[in-house]
Amino acid sequence: MDKKDFEKSSLIAPLSAVKFLFKKPHTIQYPKEQKPVPERFRGFHINDLEKCIGCGNCRDICPCAAITMIDPKEFHLVKPIEGTTYLRPRIDYGRCSYCGLCVEICPTGSLNLSKDLIYTSQDADSFIWIPSLKEKREQGFVQSDEITPLMLNKIEMPELEPGVRKKTFEELILGFSEEQAAREAARCLGCGICMQGCPAHMKIPEYIQAIFDGDYRLSVKYMLEDNALPGICGRICTHKCQDDCVYNYKGDAIQIMWLKRFATDAIRDYSTAKPYKLQKTNKRVAIVGSGPSGLSAAYYLALMGHSVTVFEKGPLPGGSLGLGIPMYRLPVYEIDKEVDNIKNLGVEFRLNTEVGKDVLFKDLVDNFLAIYIGVGLSYGRAINLKGEDHPDVIQAIDFLRQVKIEGRRDIPRRVIVIGGGNVAMDVARTVVRLQEMEYGSVGTLVQAVSLEDWDIMPASKEEIEGAMAEGVVFNPGWGPKEVSLNEKGNIKGLLIKKVKSVFDEMGMFSPTYDEEIVNFIEGEYIIEAVGQMPDLSFIPEELMKELKFTPRRKLWVDEYGETSLGGVFAGGDLVETSLGNAISAIANGHRASIGIDAFFKER
Amino acid sequence: MIRDYTLFIGPNHPGIHGNFSVKLQLEGDTIVSAKGDSGYLHRGFEKLMEHRLYLQNLALIPRICVPEPDINEAVYAMAIEELMGIEVPERAKYIRTIILEAARVNAYLFSLGGFGAMIGIYTLMQWSVGDRDYMLDLFSKLTGARIYHMYIWPGGVRRDFPSGFEEELLGWVRYIKDRLSDYDNLFFKNSLFVDRTKGVAKITDEEALNSGVTGPNLKATGVMQDVRIDEPYAAYPYLDFKIPVLSEGDAWARTIQRRMELELSLNLIEQAVKKMPKKGPVTVKIPNPFKWRIPKGEAYAKVESSRGEYGFYFVSDGGTKPYRVYVRGVSMPHMYPLAERLLIEANLSDAPMIIESLDICPPEIDK
Repeated sequence: MDKKDFEKSSLIAPLSAVKFLFKKPHTIQYPKEQKPVPERFRGFHINDLEKCIGCGNCRDICPCAAITMIDPKEFHLVKPIEGTTYLRPRIDYGRCSYCGLCVEICPTGSLNLSKDLIYTSQDADSFIWIPSLKEKREQGFVQSDEITPLMLNKIEMPELEPGVRKKTFEELILGFSEEQAAREAARCLGCGICMQGCPAHMKIPEYIQAIFDGDYRLSVKYMLEDNALPGICGRICTHKCQDDCVYNYKGDAIQIMWLKRFATDAIRDYSTAKPYKLQKTNKRVAIVGSGPSGLSAAYYLALMGHSVTVFEKGPLPGGSLGLGIPMYRLPVYEIDKEVDNIKNLGVEFRLNTEVGKDVLFKDLVDNFLAIYIGVGLSYGRAINLKGEDHPDVIQAIDFLRQVKIEGRRDIPRRVIVIGGGNVAMDVARTVVRLQEMEYGSVGTLVQAVSLEDWDIMPASKEEIEGAMAEGVVFNPGWGPKEVSLNEKGNIKGLLIKKVKSVFDEMGMFSPTYDEEIVNFIEGEYIIEAVGQMPDLSFIPEELMKELKFTPRRKLWVDEYGETSLGGVFAGGDLVETSLGNAISAIANGHRASIGIDAFFKER
Repeated sequence: MIRDYTLFIGPNHPGIHGNFSVKLQLEGDTIVSAKGDSGYLHRGFEKLMEHRLYLQNLALIPRICVPEPDINEAVYAMAIEELMGIEVPERAKYIRTIILEAARVNAYLFSLGGFGAMIGIYTLMQWSVGDRDYMLDLFSKLTGARIYHMYIWPGGVRRDFPSGFEEELLGWVRYIKDRLSDYDNLFFKNSLFVDRTKGVAKITDEEALNSGVTGPNLKATGVMQDVRIDEPYAAYPYLDFKIPVLSEGDAWARTIQRRMELELSLNLIEQAVKKMPKKGPVTVKIPNPFKWRIPKGEAYAKVESSRGEYGFYFVSDGGTKPYRVYVRGVSMPHMYPLAERLLIEANLSDAPMIIESLDICPPEIDK
C-alpha cells in the first residue's frame, strides 16, 4: 500500500468491522479447551535424581540465584558413589526465570525443563521444591548434543612419537604450551567434584583458575597447600581427580595432571610462591625414608617451624619416586627440584644412612621428639613360582633401580614381564627402550602376563595404550605356572595357565585357575612385577611387639598417622589408608605432619 | 472553568504504558506545560549486568523492553561478537533477521492497539493483541517462551528451527497480510483517526534530527535514516528492500509510517525465509560460561527497533563480566524534550494520543 491510499478517509469503512460480530473469537475457553504446549517449552524442572551427581553447576550458572544445593533426606541414606555428592538442586520458583541455562550447563544431562508451568498455592513456601522424576512431568526444553556451552573435547597433549620415544629415556610427554594450558584451563567449570577423588584434596578449581588467569605463582601456591611435590605429581600421579571430572559423562575429563605439570614447570623456584611459614620451634623430628610421604611430612613440618632430619639409605632422596619410576616418566632433575625446595626450608638430609644399620632406631627415639616412618614397600614380593630362584628371574624394583641408578643397559632379546599394574608397565616400557638401544628392535619381544583381563587391569589406561604403541604384547587373563628351562639350564620360556577369577565374592584378591588350559610363551628373561613388601626389620623387637597391625598386615595408624607407639607416626604404602600411589602417600605425610604438630602441642 | 491546575497522567493510568508519569499543567482543557516524571520503573539493568557473567545476562536483558525484547538480545550478542571478532553463521543471521522482523511486527501491533485505545477505537486493540498472540505461540514453539525468548546469544542463536516452522511462520505472515485490509478499514482510513491526528503534534525534520529522534518518528518527517540500510546487520545486507518515507511529520504521518513498515516487515520475513540457507550451523561454539572472557575494548552495537535506533555501548576490561554497559533507549529523546514540547498547547484529550503517536516506551526511559 502506498501513502496516497491512506489520504482518503471514510466514516463508512470502519462499519465493515461489524461482520466480526459473527466470527469466532481469538480467545479459547481455558481450561475446557487447551492449547498444545510446544516441544521446547520452558516450564518447571525435571531432574533425574539418580543421574544427577550434585555438582552444583546449575546453581553457579543460575542468573537469578534460584537454585540452592541441598541434601534431601531420602538420599542421605544412600551410599555415596565416588565423584558425586549428596546434594541435589532445589529450585525457588519465585526466583526462577525459566531461562534454561541450568539445562545447558548440566554435565550429566539429568536436568531438563518440562512443559508444565501451572502451579497454584496459597503457601508461598510451597513454591520451593526439589524437582525429580516423581512429578511425572512431560519433557520440554532439553539439552542439545550439538549446541552446548560445555567444552567437551580435550586439548591433546603433545608427546614423542612411539618410534622416537622407544629409542630414548627422554621424557615422552612434552608438556603444554602456555596457550594450550590456557585453553585446557578454560574448559574447567570449577565445580570441584574432582577434589573428592584426590587423596590429598588439592584445591583443583582454584589452581586451574589461577592457570587460566596466567598467575602460575598463585597456582603453585594453591598446590603447595596440600601437596609438597606438585611437580612430581604433575608427571606420575594416578589422577583419581580426572576420573571424577564431570566432563567424563559427555566428553573428555579436564587434564588436571598436565595442567599441574604445566604450572610447576613455569615456576622454577617454589619459594617465590611464598608459602606461609611459622617461627622456628626447635622441636626435632626424624623422618625415616625420603619417599613421597617422608618428603611431604618433612615439608609441612618445616613450614610449621620444626627441625626435620630425613634419613635415607640410598644415595639419592626420592625413595620409590627416584628408584622405581623410569626416566621417561619422571626425570631425576624434576625430583631434585622438589627436594631442593624442601631443603631450602632447612630440612636436613642424611643420605646413605640406613636406619637400623648406620644409625639405630633406639637412638632416634632418644634424640628426636617424634619419628615418622615412611619406608614404603622396598622389597619385591615373590610369587612362589617354580623356578623362581633362577638368576634370570628378577624383581621389578631391583631391575628399575639397576637401570635408573646403576646405569644398567644390557638386556636379552625376549623378555617376559609378570604383572598388570603400573610398575609392570614401567618395566615393560623400560625393557623396550633398552632393547631398542641395544638391538634396534630386530628380533626383540616383550610380553606381559597379567592375571587380570583388560577390563580390570590395574594399570592406567594411558600406560597400557603407551605400552601397546611401543610394541609390548599383552597376555591378559593368564597366570604364571612354571619357569621352563632348556637342557643347558637357561630359561626358554614361561608356562602359563588360564585364570578363572581374580577376586573372590568378598572382593578380596584370591585368584583361581583352570589348570587344564596351559599355554607357553617364549623368553629368556623374566621380570616379576606383582607387588612389593615392607621391611620393618630396623625396628627393635621390643618395640615391634607394641606395634599394631591391621588384618591385612598393614601398619595400624590413627586418623593422624600415629601408630600404637606414642610419638611414632607412619604413612605411605606401609599403612592401610594409602592407596598405593604417590598422591596418597603425600596426603598421608601431610596428615601425619598435622598429627605430629598436634602431638607437640599436647605434650 | 477551572484555571491553573496540575494533572498527573500515570504512573497508573490507562493513557500511559508502563509505570511512567507525565505531570501536566493545565488551563482549562489546554496544556500549558508538561513534565515527564520518570523513576517509577528504574530497575538498574546497566548495573545488574556488571554483576553477571556474560551468559547469565542472557536471562536479564530481554526484560529491559517488554513489547520488543529480542532487540536487546541482538545488540548484546552483536556487541560481544564485535569485541571477540566472531563471525556468525549465515543461517543464524537469517534466523536473527526473521526473529527481529517478527518482533517488530509484534511491537507495531501492540502499539497500534494502544493507539486505537487512546482515541477510543478499542476494537483495534482487541484485534491487534489477538493477532500478536498467534506469533507469540510461534515464538514459544521456536524458543520455549512467549515473551522472554532468551534465544539470540553471542555467536548465533540457541537452537535451530523446529521442523515445519518455516511454513507455520509464513502462514502467520499471510494471515496478518490478509488482516491488513480489515485494519485499514477499521482504523487507518477511519475519519475519526484521520481527523484527530492530521496536523497534530507536528515536528520538522530539522527539529527531529537536532533532538536525536530516530525510527518511524524521524522517517515520518521525510528523513530517510534506518540502521538496516545505513549499517546493515544480521542478514539485511542480503535482502532487497526499500523503506517507505513520509513527509508530514505529524501524528497521522507517524502512524501511517508504522502501518507501512509493518507491511514491509511482513515482506522481509517472507524474503528471508526464502533466501535462508536450508542447512548449516546456527551458532559458533560458545565458550565455558564460567571462564568466558571478552577481550578488552569497547563496542557500540545498534539495531533498528520498531521505535528507532536501539543500541548497547559495551565496555569490557577483559574480565568475565561486562565492565560497563550503556543502553541507548530509543524513547528517551522522544520523551525528553520532544513530547514535553509537543504537549504544550495541545488539548488534554489529545495528550495520551500524542504520547502514543511517538510510540514512547517507558521501560526504555527508565532502565
